[in-house]
Amino acid sequence: MYLNQFLFLAAFLFCVGVYGVLARKNAVLVLMSIELILNAVNINLVAFGAFHDTVAGQVFALFVIAVAAAEVGVGLAIVLLMYRNRHSIDLAEADLLKG
Amino acid sequence: MLAQNIIFYVIAAAMGIAAIRVVTTKNVVHAALYLVVVLAGVAAQYVLLAAEFTAVVQVLVYIGAIIVLFLFGIMLTRARIGKENDLDNDQRFVGALVSVALLGFLGAILWDGFEDTKLPPGRPQTSAEVGLSIFRDYVIPFEVISILLLAALIGAVVIARRD
Repeated sequence: MYLNQFLFLAAFLFCVGVYGVLARKNAVLVLMSIELILNAVNINLVAFGAFHDTVAGQVFALFVIAVAAAEVGVGLAIVLLMYRNRHSIDLAEADLLKG
Repeated sequence: MLAQNIIFYVIAAAMGIAAIRVVTTKNVVHAALYLVVVLAGVAAQYVLLAAEFTAVVQVLVYIGAIIVLFLFGIMLTRARIGKENDLDNDQRFVGALVSVALLGFLGAILWDGFEDTKLPPGRPQTSAEVGLSIFRDYVIPFEVISILLLAALIGAVVIARRD
């Protein structure tokens, strides 16, 4: 197996995630796209860990998973608060800071 | 080696299709379920890379916990169950352009950097090694992550609480 197989797969997932972040209106769907991006990073970490025969890749992938869990928790709390205050989770309507 | 390659491409194809469906489907609940397919595929790729512990954690944390959080989020924000035509904004074409350009760019760089470097024949990285590495080499980052997770969860409770 080639290293590049995994790296290309991760690059593809990353780009799909970037498209999702840019093109989606619904805040929950944007968070899901961010999960795609984080998973792409994790594949890279584990693949390079296997390539260099070290467990550091796996350890950092585990750290990223923990940070992703924290991010989703806070992110969904913010989305819920946004829904409670504005009755909409359309990101295009969250423009109070627009001059 | 050949069997591993076939399995890789089958799983990668399923992941690719599911990932595209996550960002294009018109049903929010289906997006979460397609995300399950992608995350399970990532766990399978970890198994192919002989990273067993990370694969198990991926299934437990992502599919077990994060997807449930997403489904709760979908439920609490009262998304319509069923088709919804208003999920994409009008930057869709610019977004597609940017991500295709990024993919080409990353692909060119990866090909330039690693061409056909082979992975060394897989030596399974056991859970024992991972545990030793976490608690010996990376114990401070581990503690920092623990505090971060605690702070984030308390923060989430404080933000979402009705007062």
